[in-house]
Amino acid sequence: MSDQLQLYEVFIRSSRGLDHKHVGSLHADDPHQALEYARDVYTRRGEGISIWVVASRDITASQESDCESFYDPLDDKPYRHAAMYELPEGVDSL
Amino acid sequence: MSDNMSLVPNEQKFQSRIDAEEKVEPKDWMPEKYRQNLIRQISQHAHSEVIGEQPEGNWISRAPTLERKAILMAKVQDEAGHGLYLYAAAETLGITRDELIDRLHTGASKYASIFNYPSLTWADIGAIGWLVDSAAIVNQVSLQNTSYGPYARAMVKICKEESFHQRQGYNIMMTLMQGAELQRDMAQDALNRWWWPSLMMFGPHDAESAHSAQSMKWKIKRRSNDELRQQFVDQAVQQAQAIGLVVPDPDLSWNEERGHYDFGAIDWQEFQRVVSGNGPCNRQRLAHHVEAHTEGAWVREAMAAFEAKRRTARAEVA
Amino acid sequence: MKLNDPLTRYVVRLGDDALIMGHRLSEWMSRAPFLEEDIALSNVALDFVGRARLFYQYAAELMGGEVTEDTFAYQRDVRDFTNLLLCELPRGDFAFTLCRQFLYDAFSLPFTQALCHSTDPQLAAIAAKAEKESRYHLRRSSDWMLRLGDGTQESHERCQNALEQLWIYTDEMFECDDLVNDLVVAGVAVNTSSLRSTWLETVTETLRTATLAVPESQGGVTGGRVGIHTDDLGFILAEMQFMQRAYPGLQW
Ligand SMILES: [Fe+2]
Ligand SMILES: [Fe+2]
Repeated sequence: MSDQLQLYEVFIRSSRGLDHKHVGSLHADDPHQALEYARDVYTRRGEGISIWVVASRDITASQESDCESFYDPLDDKPYRHAAMYELPEGVDSL
Repeated sequence: MSDNMSLVPNEQKFQSRIDAEEKVEPKDWMPEKYRQNLIRQISQHAHSEVIGEQPEGNWISRAPTLERKAILMAKVQDEAGHGLYLYAAAETLGITRDELIDRLHTGASKYASIFNYPSLTWADIGAIGWLVDSAAIVNQVSLQNTSYGPYARAMVKICKEESFHQRQGYNIMMTLMQGAELQRDMAQDALNRWWWPSLMMFGPHDAESAHSAQSMKWKIKRRSNDELRQQFVDQAVQQAQAIGLVVPDPDLSWNEERGHYDFGAIDWQEFQRVVSGNGPCNRQRLAHHVEAHTEGAWVREAMAAFEAKRRTARAEVA
Repeated sequence: MKLNDPLTRYVVRLGDDALIMGHRLSEWMSRAPFLEEDIALSNVALDFVGRARLFYQYAAELMGGEVTEDTFAYQRDVRDFTNLLLCELPRGDFAFTLCRQFLYDAFSLPFTQALCHSTDPQLAAIAAKAEKESRYHLRRSSDWMLRLGDGTQESHERCQNALEQLWIYTDEMFECDDLVNDLVVAGVAVNTSSLRSTWLETVTETLRTATLAVPESQGGVTGGRVGIHTDDLGFILAEMQFMQRAYPGLQW
């Protein structure tokens, strides 16, 4: 039989006010254990105040082949970026 | 350019992404050779971290003070963590940790040869932290820029943790050099034994390195073996002198023109002997790992069985 | 090394428990069943060595500074060590180590909680730190009881065997000698005999869930508190103290 444990992805909030950030992955039996190991493996120097773990297989990811249909259409709206609008001389900030 | 023309379209696109310093991420298309090359390098690196627990780990029970004991435990634990980060990076390439460990056990995959030397005295713990970790850091800093995203990110994390490893090793050496004569002798003896193996850690000279050219083109490696080795020598010589240690190389001298130290010839026969399995501790290092892994099988099986039972129980409830 | 002051003796006793436990746990580094557990066990080992240092540092302070934390660890012989026998037993297999840990953690949590109320502010401060660690340790070791007890037949048997072997060493945790009794009256020490029922409740509940049987009591082996140890402690010290014994009086 395979004794391979499940793969989990670990996300850590390093301090209040920041998003959880992906820091790596680990093997565990279940989410509960994954959380404990995440604490032991990824916060040995007090790197975080909150941890999320999620089974890697539960992540639905976009594919590279989706790139064109996913992101290119979003890339043609320069008017959504403030940088498109030029300011007249004398106005430094708006 | 003409080189790129011969590539199939996918490979061309891949190479131009690399040339533009864009990172490659797990789900991206990549040449099979790139994948294999990465798996080889990352897993070798991971195995080195894990096997590297042993020569230092065997001094945890004998550390001369409680503070040194705690520091050494934290350091060895970090190395296990580094192994874990790297196995995880390798796994994103579609290989399991089990398979990687299997390759280590069958000898298909290597680890850094330096860990096949014994740690005979307490000063060896100083020498390993100072020299071996320094050499590793020089290499790892350059790899923070490697082209494969997960590998690069693992390196960033590892480098952050490494700096204390090197410091604690150097601090042990410094303390010994400020101590009694027998302590200074102990430190010098350790340097004498670890110096050349440390230089060998960077691998063969660029001209003879089997994997280098392609790895550099793919930016898996960022700086050549000889460049990295030179940087290490320049740093370490200064550090040795600062605390009164003598680097065991009669040919060592400062080259004003190059702005670097010239150093003597490396004994590659010795390197080959250890790589091919006849270092002092090759068999013990591998046997230790095999034994721990085999002895742990029933624990991993128990976990799997426990989880399976609970899954069934949950299904019944639902 | 003769210790006379009761408080110092008590503090050193607690330091000894932590040091020897930490030592045994540290033997697992590079030998755990998988990497995550290697790292987690090391964390627990580090907690215990850290705890030992705090107790020894305080003891050194109580002795007026002519000794250091290292004096206690490296310059006393077997007869001077006063740790619980439970802590010194060889690490055995993973089941043995985790069962020992569980039995001890289930004691250590209420113990450190009670010690937080010590009238001795230093002891209370050390206990406050240790209590947080113990909470996590117990969570971890209870979890392992479930996984191993209710895992495979092999893991179940290994655990049950370990528990049977360990059980006679658990009595000692609740033993109160004159030293403890006097310090309890002064509000300094914890009356461990009063912790037995809490401990037994935790242990019974967890083992039941883990499908493991609570071993039948066969009395207890004691002696650690008066320096009567198993043969194993001598070997721990021979290894641990090697440097200080071979090269006395040097800085490392
Ligand atoms: Fe490392
Ligand atoms: Fe390191």
